[in-house]
Amino acid sequence: MDIQFVERNGNLIAKIRGEIDHHTADKIRKSLEDEFSESTAKNIVFDFAHVGFMDSSGIGMVIGRYKELQKTGGRVFAINIGPEISRIFDISGLRKIIPCFAGIDEIESESGRGM
Amino acid sequence: MTENQMNLTFLAISENQSFARATAAAFASQLDPTVAEINEIKTAVSEAVTNAMIHGYEGVETDCFVTMRCHLTTNREIYIEVEDFGRGIPNIEQALEPLYTSKPDEERSGMGFTVMSEFMDDLQVQSSPSGTIVKMHKKMV
Repeated sequence: MDIQFVERNGNLIAKIRGEIDHHTADKIRKSLEDEFSESTAKNIVFDFAHVGFMDSSGIGMVIGRYKELQKTGGRVFAINIGPEISRIFDISGLRKIIPCFAGIDEIESESGRGM
Repeated sequence: MTENQMNLTFLAISENQSFARATAAAFASQLDPTVAEINEIKTAVSEAVTNAMIHGYEGVETDCFVTMRCHLTTNREIYIEVEDFGRGIPNIEQALEPLYTSKPDEERSGMGFTVMSEFMDDLQVQSSPSGTIVKMHKKMV
């Protein structure tokens, strides 16, 4: 598992490469928390383009960030969700609280319209 | 398709979660499953193995092992058992409820058993203070 960060227009984009399970979810959480606290971003965007697998440990980790950002009025988004990840988003109800978009441009254009 | 079986015993460390699910998926590939079915098997195994490590053994300092048994039938079915020899689940009914987690402070989603039952055709859990066995079954389309 590897994670890279890009900060753009108030969004911290976390580009995760690999599989998200209990073993890797904790590492992702830690590096995301560090990066977020050092950034000026308000929101977190999970980029799932290169995530081939995620189990319920990933759900817990994403919900954890959602709860954290609720305290500061920030939001959590997901982009580039493939069929495997999409299924677990649906079963867990994650899609109801984490808006999913095709890409970062779509989030920025939605924000521009006062989202 | 011939009948086939395999047993795998591995150390209960989180590095082995991906090893266990990849092994189950490789074994199940003999049934010529779809990509979606392979992903469902991988996810269900990952949940069961993670539960065994966290709920069976967390805090135990000696080496602990998880055993996974897989059985393929001529009818394109897979039976998977994941067994630990840990402390057991005190209340199975409660553990099976969606969103229930015994560790609310640890960012656990409480969705493990829900995912297992959603991705497999059948799920049974047997537990005692000397261990837990999760039994799952799935028939390929």
